[in-house]
Amino acid sequence: MSKYSLDARRTLCPMPVIKTQNKIAELSEGDVLEVTCTDPGALNDIPAWCRINGHIVEESFEKDDEVIILIRVAG
Amino acid sequence: MSTQRKAVALISGGLDSLLAARLMIDQGIHVEGINFYTGFCVEGHTHAIRKKDKAKPKRNNALWSAEQLGIKLHIIDIIDEYKDVLINPKHGYGANMNPCLDCKIFMVSKARQWMEENDFDFIITGEVMGQRPMSQRKDLLPVVVRESGADDLLLRPLCARNLAATLPEREGWVNREQLKNFSGRNRKPQMALAKEFGFEDYATPAGGCCFLTDKNYSDKLVDLWQARNKKDYELDDIMLLKVGRHLRPQPHYKIIVSREDGENKFLQGYKKQFATLEIKSHNGPLSLLDGELSDEDIRQASRIAARFSQGRDAEKVSVLYTSKDGKEQMIEIPPMPVSEIRQEWYI
Repeated sequence: MSKYSLDARRTLCPMPVIKTQNKIAELSEGDVLEVTCTDPGALNDIPAWCRINGHIVEESFEKDDEVIILIRVAG
Repeated sequence: MSTQRKAVALISGGLDSLLAARLMIDQGIHVEGINFYTGFCVEGHTHAIRKKDKAKPKRNNALWSAEQLGIKLHIIDIIDEYKDVLINPKHGYGANMNPCLDCKIFMVSKARQWMEENDFDFIITGEVMGQRPMSQRKDLLPVVVRESGADDLLLRPLCARNLAATLPEREGWVNREQLKNFSGRNRKPQMALAKEFGFEDYATPAGGCCFLTDKNYSDKLVDLWQARNKKDYELDDIMLLKVGRHLRPQPHYKIIVSREDGENKFLQGYKKQFATLEIKSHNGPLSLLDGELSDEDIRQASRIAARFSQGRDAEKVSVLYTSKDGKEQMIEIPPMPVSEIRQEWYI
């Protein structure tokens, strides 16, 4: 299990989702991905994408105009 | 036991593709969604940028549709490949810069490629015969089938009974009798079917899901191409066409003036790519300058930017000009009176 980060700042919906989707495709079950975005829409869209694809959002929050989402990758 | 057949559904986020996919799921087909991002999709962008829109709920309708259906959704970035569709549409443009028929052909051909790579059996779309003037005309539906290379693996569940049977119907993977025969612009049959399935709160975008069908947006795109003397763009170019007031006071430069705080923040991200103007003596917009500007142009642009600040009635306003390479110059100028801002400058 490893921890990775993804910078999706200054991209707008759906690019943060696409970047997350493409990054997760490279990861293994149990890995954790921390995604940082500036589009507040990501706070809804990335968890929705995770629900559809079975990945687990461990935490999501807004901080200083940024959205941070922690995802545990499913198998 | 027969093999469960697999269909890839083009999911736009609208009602029709939602219903088409649901009809297939109800027939026991394994459906996964595919959604293409061209850079011109209306989804989310302006909500994300404009502060006044932030109170509205934000959602990506394609993801919402997939969640309602309980299917996977694959969102695919086709920004670069889509340039050729927009710049050289074989079948031309619609009322604005929308190459709807070429766009549909391209997306179905991409779906066919995805189908082959992922070992799926056929493609479904939410097209309804006669619903749209360009891409869904009765005589043009076969053009999509032919030119996309999908041939009889393209099934349109909402209007299939008006069309020749496709391979999934002929082979009995799908029961044709349970498909629909919708046609024309009347939305009542779709709304009734949505009610039957229990779908509520589905998306009903007034101007469609693509900025290219919008006249104002299309005008800005044409202006960009004319000013650069070539039909080309990068993602940042087309994003910026969605933000701010765009004025072209001279053929060789354009000024993009933010309209509110959210746009101000968004434009901040472009400060290294463009020369900028910031109002320092009053609250006011951040402006980007696109083109090569002389000192006189910079003064003219500064007066325009000041006009949109809270110092619009002041004798003088302080404007900070920053060149692309970071050199700063403070300019004290009187704001341009509204009577001097020509209507034809607005793009």
